[in-house]
Amino acid sequence: MVKLLYFARLRERLDCATESLELPAGVSTVGALRLWLAGRGGEWQAALAQDQSVRVAVNQDMASDATPVQDHDEVAFFPPVTGG
Amino acid sequence: MVAARVRVQEADFDASHEIARLRAGDPRVGAVASFIGVCRDLNEGDAVATMTLEHYPGMTERSIERIIDEAMGRWQVFDALVVHRVGQLEPLDQIVFVAVTSAHRGDAFAACEFIMDYLKTQAPFWKREQTATGPRWVAARSSDDAAAARWAEAAIKG
Repeated sequence: MVKLLYFARLRERLDCATESLELPAGVSTVGALRLWLAGRGGEWQAALAQDQSVRVAVNQDMASDATPVQDHDEVAFFPPVTGG
Repeated sequence: MVAARVRVQEADFDASHEIARLRAGDPRVGAVASFIGVCRDLNEGDAVATMTLEHYPGMTERSIERIIDEAMGRWQVFDALVVHRVGQLEPLDQIVFVAVTSAHRGDAFAACEFIMDYLKTQAPFWKREQTATGPRWVAARSSDDAAAARWAEAAIKG
């Protein structure tokens, strides 16, 4: 299982803060996971589409599409940050 | 016990108390540079009634620790502290505090600005404003990305 977290506007759009997911077959990178989640359709498709500015962290480190995702990882999706 | 270099908290902070603690007992310190970010009553032309700050517990602290490490590697810095508030804030409230101690002002100023610029683009915080027309998430600014990017350019040139 991987733990997925969603923050800020993305959490609101998806109406989901966290979920546990059995890593789907063939999904082994951040890019593939995002694509798979967008495949749920509806708001998931809209919010996670490639033209949407979405940041991803794997195990609390900023990640890119190529970053590997493995069982037991924590993967977070969020908009560009606006602190400070 | 070594004091934490990064604190994320709902409570307000007292800058003079934090600075006094940061440099206490360290006679090497010749300069302290600090920055305080404050909640304004106006953003993008709209009056802001309240602002709520959300963050990613764990990653927030970790990413700021990394930014401080990077600053300490680039400049002669003895110690640094970042305090960032979360939860609901109002105009006039303090949001963030950064302080850096060094032997000389040049390093202290640069490290303090670097930490703040990177915090704005790397640390997972999100602001949500309450305006007269309802709530809205604050959009990231390209000027913040540019401010952080110039440190990378400086490293290449330097």
